[in-house]
Amino acid sequence: MKSKQSVMNQPRQARRARSVRGRALLLSRLVRRDIRHHLAQAILLIVAIAVATATLTMALALNGVTSHPYLVTRAATKGPDVVAYLTAASQAEPLIHASGVAASSGPYPVASAVLHFDGRTAGALIEGRSEASAGVDQPEVLSGSWLRPGGVVLERTFAEALGVGVGGRVILNGRSFEVAGIAVTAAQPPYPNLCWATAIVSLKIKGGFAQQFQGACANLNFSAEGPRSVGLVWMTEPDLLGLASKANPILDYALNIKLDDPDEAQAFADTHTFVPGQSNYPVLSTWEGIATADALLVSDERGVLTPGSILLALLSIASVAVLVGRRLSEYARRVGLLKAVGGTPALVAVTFLAENLVLAIFAAGIGLVAGWLAAPLLTNPGAALIGRAGAPSISPSTIVGVVGLAIAVALVASLVPAVRAARSSTVDAMNDVARPPRRRGILIRMSRKLPIPALFGLRLAARRPRRAVLSAANVAVTVTGIVAVIAFHADVNSKLSTASGLAAGGLSDPVVNRDEQMLVVITIMLVALAVLNALFTTWASVLDARRSSALMRALGARARQVSSGLVVAQALSALPGAIVGIPLGLGLFKATVKSGSLPPPLWLIATVIGTLVAMAALTVVPARIGSMQSIVEVLQSEAV
Amino acid sequence: MNTSPRVAINGSPTVLVHAKGLRKEYGSGEGLVRALDTVDLDVNRGEAVAVMGPSGCGKSTLLHLIGGLDRPSAGQLSVAGQRVDQLSERALAHLRRDEIGFVFQAFHLMDELTAQENVELPALLAGCTPSEARARATALLEEVDLADRSRHLPSMLSGGQRQCVAIARALANDPEIVLADEPTGNLDSASAFDVLRLLEALHAKGLTLVIVTHDERIATTADRLISMRDGAFVDETWLTGGSRGRLDTFADWERLT
Repeated sequence: MKSKQSVMNQPRQARRARSVRGRALLLSRLVRRDIRHHLAQAILLIVAIAVATATLTMALALNGVTSHPYLVTRAATKGPDVVAYLTAASQAEPLIHASGVAASSGPYPVASAVLHFDGRTAGALIEGRSEASAGVDQPEVLSGSWLRPGGVVLERTFAEALGVGVGGRVILNGRSFEVAGIAVTAAQPPYPNLCWATAIVSLKIKGGFAQQFQGACANLNFSAEGPRSVGLVWMTEPDLLGLASKANPILDYALNIKLDDPDEAQAFADTHTFVPGQSNYPVLSTWEGIATADALLVSDERGVLTPGSILLALLSIASVAVLVGRRLSEYARRVGLLKAVGGTPALVAVTFLAENLVLAIFAAGIGLVAGWLAAPLLTNPGAALIGRAGAPSISPSTIVGVVGLAIAVALVASLVPAVRAARSSTVDAMNDVARPPRRRGILIRMSRKLPIPALFGLRLAARRPRRAVLSAANVAVTVTGIVAVIAFHADVNSKLSTASGLAAGGLSDPVVNRDEQMLVVITIMLVALAVLNALFTTWASVLDARRSSALMRALGARARQVSSGLVVAQALSALPGAIVGIPLGLGLFKATVKSGSLPPPLWLIATVIGTLVAMAALTVVPARIGSMQSIVEVLQSEAV
Repeated sequence: MNTSPRVAINGSPTVLVHAKGLRKEYGSGEGLVRALDTVDLDVNRGEAVAVMGPSGCGKSTLLHLIGGLDRPSAGQLSVAGQRVDQLSERALAHLRRDEIGFVFQAFHLMDELTAQENVELPALLAGCTPSEARARATALLEEVDLADRSRHLPSMLSGGQRQCVAIARALANDPEIVLADEPTGNLDSASAFDVLRLLEALHAKGLTLVIVTHDERIATTADRLISMRDGAFVDETWLTGGSRGRLDTFADWERLT
């Protein structure tokens, strides 16, 4: 002790004024240091929330993802504002000279054909074109060249599904044609929605669009190939006329119209679709309608992503709730300490909440960036359009939505534990004492007959019942995720196989491919969350039991007995957790997907057994590592 | 136990801690444990009181009640003029922050904060500006000869150094009273001596001390020694003379051992 004018010898100072800066520094210091001190938990919490927010970002980013590429394609192909399907070429004149029409091309004859290539069969809608470039709707050739006699051009998604390239030969109604080029257009929806779109879009949009494809596709016979197997082919007009016959007549004529004002397209279509007194009237569709059909490729994908993201968000909330509960268990001593040195209950609650909110906001940032980076991979507009969606725009509403979700997840999961921390007894919290065992005669008699590992495991679970319950909850969340993903997988697969069935003839369906890709992404995220949960549960349980394990070894138990005891303790909480997880997972799936078939019971039983085996295996590893530590070191470090 | 005539009566400005009929019970029915059984106590300002007794006799419970860490089951308890038994949690927190400093056997430092930050903690809680808190913590760490360890985490300090940091933290807000629960219980003799010197200096300054201890040598440095058994006071002794000699005795003993 120094003898100079000591700070301890100074007269007691008057109570200081309140400093907001001081409180802010304290709060930020406590939050930062605790996060750093419990980094693994913090990372897990961030991952759990980031998974949900990344998925939500992707789901939100899919909105309007095709619009930019469609506009690029429309500009590159001199895309029409309105396409009119005429039952006779003579119907074109009034439309070409109608008010508001700036330019037009066509009418081009349209016929159908059965296409064969390399053992694959598809329906083809063939448009007869001039070899010269058109002023409106000139398909953009991406490889090869434009039409020539005997040489056809295929729409790109159709060519990709067939697996044909430039120079390949396709058979159309028995006649062989060389593929001269591959092109895209903004005047028609792409394969596989060229005709299939009719059924879907007619439910979604009004106006002439739905009718257009009734007009173009109505006479096609889909019995062999199915409506999703029809693609677009361009050939010279003489070739088309040569292909047409009495049995295979010209279906209609396509007239591409450019208006003075593209925004008037719908009004133009409404005005000219119905001609009073004429039975065979033209069917008009607008460029907006075609853009919507193009977006079907992505909207189908959204049908997988949206329930998947809801599933992930719910699982994320459950994971975070368990994690936060676990954090609170370990936070107990800190709560006591803070209160002992004068922290008010409000400060304790605010510190705990702030810590989780900081992590949630950080996780939301990661989720936004990850979702933003991953979205282009999932939102490739498809081969039908040129130009990529690129990085989707993250609008302020997306940011608000994603950050809001993260904060809501953290708040929902943290509020009750924070209040409980604030109201806890200071002395109990500081000592963080384990529950003393209840010495009941029957329990003592039973325990005498138990092998050492079982006795040790039972004692561990009984002395820390709250942690055992949290472990059970963690396992329940893990199994809920696994069951939900199994159910989700089974359901989406059955839907995809139905969709694939519509595209017979051996062609790959780009929509199905994209849906499967999306399903893989959702599955990986769900499984990653489940695995992280399992890892954390086992790791934390072994850490919790460090002192007891060391004590057991000090009393003569072998490392294997201690490991087995830890496995027993884990199994005691994992078994009820796994069993509860099954109905929870199925319930979650049902609540998210509404309809859908459930996975076979055998899978569910396998899930429970697999989870228990995995938990046991995951427990043994840290337990074995722990048993290599010096008993004295553990006992001393845990004593203080 | 009745208070001695030497101790000022309740309500006197010299009385800092006043307890009457203080009781603390845990559990209920057959499992009822009376940790503190109808205790009366007055502690004057500037007085150093040592409480001794076997494990489980209620020493720490008494200290926790005085410090507002726990609430009594019955009886009255005033600290620095405030009725601890009637205060809200928030008011209790303010009392602990402004009037009381704690020193625990297990140190109870925040593992993730440096020595300096641990000492700053109560000051920041009390509303000091960061610079005030830093200056105060720096001065206190200098007092306990740990200025060169201010940036160390508790895990990098010896037991004695940790306890010195805990003492500095207890003094961060200029408390009226310091409550020490087995402050040397986890320390070797040399470290225990350092801690005792610090407590002695605090006492010399006029700070009120209540020390719970098993160690008679520490107890003899106090003004008054209270012995407890089964939750009650069984003996109370006023020790006379200066504390210097007793500290020397302790130092001699430390050298011999």
